[in-house]
Amino acid sequence: MKKKPNKNTDIIVHNDSRRDFLKQSTLLTGIALTPEIAVKAAENQWDEKLAEAIEKIPLKLEINGIQKTLSIEPRVTLLDLLREQLHLTGTKKGCDYGQCGACTVHVNGTRVLSCLTLAVMHDGEKITTIEGLANGDELHPMQAAFMKHDGFQCGYCTPGQIMSAVACIREGHANSETEIREYMSGNICRCGAYPNIVNAITEVNKGGKNI
Amino acid sequence: MNKLFFDKVIGDPLNRVDGRMKVTGAAKYSAEYQLPNLVHAVVVPSTITKGRIKSVDSKAALRSPGVLAVISHENAIKVPGNADNEHPTEPPTGGQPLRAFYNNKVYFNGQPIAIVIADTLERAQYAAGLVKFEYDQDKHVTDFELNKGKGVLPEKAKKDPKSSLADYDRGVVDAYKTAAVTVEAEYIHPTEVHNPMELQAITAYWETDDKLTVYDKVQGTKPTQQAFAKEWNLPVQNVKVISEFVGGAFGNGLHNWPHETAAIIAAKMVKRPVKLMLRREHMFYMVGYRPYTWQQIGMGASADGKITGISHIAIGQTSTYEEFTESTVQQTKMMYASPNVSTRYRILPLDVSTPIWMRGPGEATGAFALECAMDELAFALNMDPIQFRLANYTDEDPEKKLPWSTKYLKECLEVGAEKIGWSKRSMKPGGLRAGEWLVGYGMGVGTFGAHRGAAAVRGRLLANGTIIFQSAVTDIGPGTGTAMVQIASEHIGIAPDKITFQLGNSDFPQAPNQGGSATVATVGSAVVATCNAIKEKLLTMAPTAEKRFANAKMEEILFDNGQMSLLKSPSIKVSYTNILKKNSLTEIDIIQDAKPDDESNKYSKYSFSVHFVQVHVHPTTGQVKVNKVVTCADAGKIVNKKTAGNQLIGGVTGGIGMALMEDAIIDHRFGRYITKDFADYHVPVHADVPQIEVYFVDKPDYIVDPMGTKGLGEIAIIGVAPAVANAVFNATGKRIRQLPITPDKLI
Repeated sequence: MKKKPNKNTDIIVHNDSRRDFLKQSTLLTGIALTPEIAVKAAENQWDEKLAEAIEKIPLKLEINGIQKTLSIEPRVTLLDLLREQLHLTGTKKGCDYGQCGACTVHVNGTRVLSCLTLAVMHDGEKITTIEGLANGDELHPMQAAFMKHDGFQCGYCTPGQIMSAVACIREGHANSETEIREYMSGNICRCGAYPNIVNAITEVNKGGKNI
Repeated sequence: MNKLFFDKVIGDPLNRVDGRMKVTGAAKYSAEYQLPNLVHAVVVPSTITKGRIKSVDSKAALRSPGVLAVISHENAIKVPGNADNEHPTEPPTGGQPLRAFYNNKVYFNGQPIAIVIADTLERAQYAAGLVKFEYDQDKHVTDFELNKGKGVLPEKAKKDPKSSLADYDRGVVDAYKTAAVTVEAEYIHPTEVHNPMELQAITAYWETDDKLTVYDKVQGTKPTQQAFAKEWNLPVQNVKVISEFVGGAFGNGLHNWPHETAAIIAAKMVKRPVKLMLRREHMFYMVGYRPYTWQQIGMGASADGKITGISHIAIGQTSTYEEFTESTVQQTKMMYASPNVSTRYRILPLDVSTPIWMRGPGEATGAFALECAMDELAFALNMDPIQFRLANYTDEDPEKKLPWSTKYLKECLEVGAEKIGWSKRSMKPGGLRAGEWLVGYGMGVGTFGAHRGAAAVRGRLLANGTIIFQSAVTDIGPGTGTAMVQIASEHIGIAPDKITFQLGNSDFPQAPNQGGSATVATVGSAVVATCNAIKEKLLTMAPTAEKRFANAKMEEILFDNGQMSLLKSPSIKVSYTNILKKNSLTEIDIIQDAKPDDESNKYSKYSFSVHFVQVHVHPTTGQVKVNKVVTCADAGKIVNKKTAGNQLIGGVTGGIGMALMEDAIIDHRFGRYITKDFADYHVPVHADVPQIEVYFVDKPDYIVDPMGTKGLGEIAIIGVAPAVANAVFNATGKRIRQLPITPDKLI
């Protein structure tokens, strides 16, 4: 295998900030673990204070009825914003590719895969997560139906299934078992509680409540 | 057993005790604990399949904003338990589990070879892509089919000829060859991946230099505690493992994997809590899978349908560093009354990661071959497949020569046949149509050992009449907490809403891994023992509150509705709260253990299931639709029909995936999986799964445990795939012996 050129020489300079100085200084030490000074810098958020001004952009979201004024990196997905920054961990990560549905939330009332959308694309919009579905202590009819019909086992896909199920009825796509199965097929349940989920959605749909 | 007020609790479809937490998003899984100063980790997988890492270039990653460390074998701290030639953890199989960052060797494609730590997830993810490796690459071998002649007898079988993995012969070898009617066939089961919805995750935290806490997605908090204590050379009590909610596992949490150790190393090096969640592609090669398995069955019968001989050979894939084995041929030894049975089990080491038991481990793979072969032989005999099985039914275990503890397989066959409408089945393939679709019926039998282990449970009866139980056991989805509350309710005589069952914490009393369908039998028995011990205690203290209990014996008392009363004169009664009050106690706190007795070894203990499937096959496109499923289970007494029914439905769903779509494929030029997400590796979705009818025999087996239960989780999937394959044959006349049965194989 051909030996690669020495990486020490090709330092990428984005600006002459303190942060870059810190990062470059780590190279000089020649070890893979960041030296104490850099750790300290990170802990004291010296570099982050700069980064905030440079890399973060302002964002306003209404999440479960609460107005949030945020400043985030543009690459942050709505899912990771919810889970890692706002600690709303009811919304689940199952694949990061929009293939499993575990991260389903409502944006302005429509179901959206929060892993496939960047948070900054939703400025001014209303987000509802599983934590915002119940009315105080009173469960949403879909949550109650999932409990009654045992529409889950491990519970990990459940928030996504419930958010999708509510939207499925609102869209008018819950008029038969076949139709429910088709319009819920983006939400995978590996435990395989599908028939119970279909029964829960059918019951809520027949209940005719405005959900 | 006394007829108690709460007797009906057992069998009642009580809603899950943790259901509300799961439907509101309040349930916390391993990556969802917010610890102060938490940082994020991303693992970097190898891009070669075999060889050595020549160099690690982490400079660009370290230069990237927010990055705290890049850790690889070059700079990782030494794990004290990682001595040479000694495994750091209890190997679940044999050999040497892979040690994280131990040296520069690469054993499989995707091996975790570095971990990047940063203050945010995005920064860690970005920086992980900047770490570069140079390798010295060796030639790899990953192609099972090209190398299956190199299968070897497992070490365990070499050392112990009585091991269940050793060659087994009953009667004459290959006697089937001289039978009146014979079949010989090869069956291929591809690699299947557990793929629970929750990605494997760990949050590791060193409270002090010698005190470790992990929030970890595992199936056993105690076995994990033991493993990490050994690995880090710590007193067991210094390691705390928390797994309160586990987002599915199906077996992949039965082994501690290198990524867990990597996160613990990282937490120690950056001196902060580290959170690591694997990505979906990592789930294919970092946390085990059901191994690719080749099987050959030869079976012969007399013209009147009596089996005279079965020969079954199975070769399963393993890694080069660990010997993974499973009981692929077990069902063949004990299921049918054949005087001559031979089984051979071999493993084939390849340059791949180690498999791990996946739901119905071994038996699910073996049943695909055995139950398809049974269908093939029934067809050759022109016999109904149910009649053929009844003609070879055994009233004792032909392998162990022991009576069954209980066996209600005939009842399962009878009920299932009626509910699926078996009488409509055409003996001739392709004889039924629904519009343009071909219609076929098939069935398959499943069995799995009704295991029970040892466990302890703590019970605290409080002055307000409520009771709290604690066990280290995890609940990966079956509803363990709910079942335990019901068992406790019946045995202590307290309503379910006054009972709390806490689990998933290694600080609680001993429980084994949740696996092998043994949790209810194992932990439930300890719940009963603890309830009994509390009742003994209440009886000795009762006279202080009510003198007329002074000479009462245990069997003369009804414990019910939070009070004890004399069976003969029910008006003489006293509440538990009053007993505590009069004895000036705030609580009764007891830890009791329970394990199976020797008496149960006089029996052969198995659960049984039968799956009936009706399929529709499109003659032009080859599309297979599972139209109806009826599953009947003999799993002893059913504690909760709602959660147990759900578990059966889930197993059948897994079986539909195994039969029709799941197939993890390696590109052998590179030794790398090309199926790495749900777009390429298909699992059943809503549209693939019809209504599934489940029935329970619901008869107790008190030889297995005091509740009369037998395991359910495995028999839910074992026998489903052959039922589908047999139904496809009945619909089309095409016998597909290589799973999954995709449309290309039918057109």
